Amino acid sequence: MSQEILLEDMQCVYQKPATLTDDYMHYCPGCGHAVAHKILMEVVQEMGIQEDIVGVAPVGCSVFAYNYMNIDMQEAAHGRASAAATGIKRVLPEKYVFAYQGDGDLAAIGTAETIHTINRGENILIVFINNGIYGMTGGQMAPTSLLGQKTSTSPYGRDVEHNGYPLKITDLIAHLPGAYYVTRQAVHTPNTVRKFKKAIKNAFEFQKLKKGTCFIEVVSNCPSGWKMTPKETLAYIEEKMLPEYPLGDLKVPTQNNN
Amino acid sequence: METKKSEVRLMKGNEALAEAAIRAGLDAYFGYPITPQSEILEYFTEQIPKRRGVVLQAESEVASINMVYGAAGAGARVMTSSSSPGMSLMQEGISYIAAAELPCLLVNVVRGGPGLGTIQPSQGDYFQATKGGGHGDYRLIVLAPSSVQEMCDFVFDAFKLAEKYRNPAMILSDGALGQMMEKVEFPEEGSLPHIVPDWATTGKKGRERNFITSLHMEPEKMEEINLHLQKKYKTIEENEVRYETLDVEDAEIVLVAFGLPARICQKAVELAREKGIKAGLVRPITLFPFPKKILSDLSKKIDHFLVIELNAGQMVEDVMLAANGNCPVHFKGRMGGMIIQPEDVLEEIEKIIQQPILQE
Repeated sequence: MSQEILLEDMQCVYQKPATLTDDYMHYCPGCGHAVAHKILMEVVQEMGIQEDIVGVAPVGCSVFAYNYMNIDMQEAAHGRASAAATGIKRVLPEKYVFAYQGDGDLAAIGTAETIHTINRGENILIVFINNGIYGMTGGQMAPTSLLGQKTSTSPYGRDVEHNGYPLKITDLIAHLPGAYYVTRQAVHTPNTVRKFKKAIKNAFEFQKLKKGTCFIEVVSNCPSGWKMTPKETLAYIEEKMLPEYPLGDLKVPTQNNN
Repeated sequence: METKKSEVRLMKGNEALAEAAIRAGLDAYFGYPITPQSEILEYFTEQIPKRRGVVLQAESEVASINMVYGAAGAGARVMTSSSSPGMSLMQEGISYIAAAELPCLLVNVVRGGPGLGTIQPSQGDYFQATKGGGHGDYRLIVLAPSSVQEMCDFVFDAFKLAEKYRNPAMILSDGALGQMMEKVEFPEEGSLPHIVPDWATTGKKGRERNFITSLHMEPEKMEEINLHLQKKYKTIEENEVRYETLDVEDAEIVLVAFGLPARICQKAVELAREKGIKAGLVRPITLFPFPKKILSDLSKKIDHFLVIELNAGQMVEDVMLAANGNCPVHFKGRMGGMIIQPEDVLEEIEKIIQQPILQE
């Protein structure tokens, strides 16, 4: 028997931002993408920039980001989101522009575009979701997969001699003079979510200054790819991911003498 | 620099093309150096900061074409240029642009291949330009200039067609046309108005959101998109065919050549006529849409087609399809940067007409 709940009798204390569409997200239960999308769009709503922003979705699990974010968006070729975002920003310099990319997209196939976009100091935000695996294609090894991590293409665990090291691309990027703000965040606890939101806000505020690229890595999870329950992934982030990818700011504007 | 009135200058093909693009209201150029077309990027980096628009030297052709995707999706009048190996690198992005129906201008100043090849002129990229090039079923609108004047004029035509059909348009030039100098008369700047299209991602002010994508997971939807694209290509084939003919009215042998070899063939027709050989020439200007009808009509009246190309024989296949067995289709080409001479063409004409026609 269904129970009728009258909305008018209830006080709304929290709701999905209007900057998210009503589409059901295709993300697996417990996936960090959903949280990252929501927080990003909350900031867009709170800053009132919904009509002045263009986003770029990558190839990977977040390829359908444009179905969920109620803003103008483009879906780019694999690895090229930052190049597409460059094209947009160069012809619409007064708009807010961001690229939302995963680890395979940004740190493997798109490494050249990532480095050069930031080295040019394009005035965009890049949100980099690092879950150490290729989610969309079914759990293959990513450039950021941890040593020993078992994936469908490293079934015996990632081996240094064969596959090299996890690529700490955010650390590389922090060295580029074109990078204005570089930070590593997460979305697996209420506290990290709050910090991530603050970082997004900072990045959009900084974008107005036109002083370079803002880059936010989000150390995230992949319950399906990691073959874990959502809850188990939270512990894995704490115990395995964060020691390799420690949270915090890698470059903040004060260090730029700006 | 005087740009307000029409003016005549002596210029390299590459520079004329770049000057024409600025006059055609180019909003943005993204490109990467490669011989024999680097003058295009150089001209823009020198002129655009003094005039209007965006110019950016990208880190690769891959980045360039994806910058074009982004800027075209944001409603800008945008272009890139490259030469053969660089064009190969762009093919994935071109497929995405065609699928997302973004208008833009692509310029391929073709050099000899395959591989790194040579920097000398070639037409070895005909297949790549006209048959898709990247993955999936798509077509570019392809214009083939044969003079420096057309390197200029076709920029305007290509932008018009690209924007009319929301489709990438390509100027398929070659290393000789890019490098040689000729007299060129420029249209006035601002003579090609541009309105930011209503589908562009410019920020959703006062409207529903726009998004640019080429991804359609449901097969029914993907087929629908494909059928829509094919219908568009059909419309282009019905309405936008362009070609030139020379002396075909009484011709017994008709040469078919595009781009620079068409000019060589003009001379060959003249030489043949001097010898009393009834030769003519069809010069396809649009390579897609291909001028099938004129070739089909002619094939019923003439004895021979002779296709002349700077490749191993690519357009000849389209001429054969148009002729559909009505008359023999012969081919003569040079490759790897070598240019055929009018005398070589004449020799081939004489060889063909001296052959007895085989009867089945």
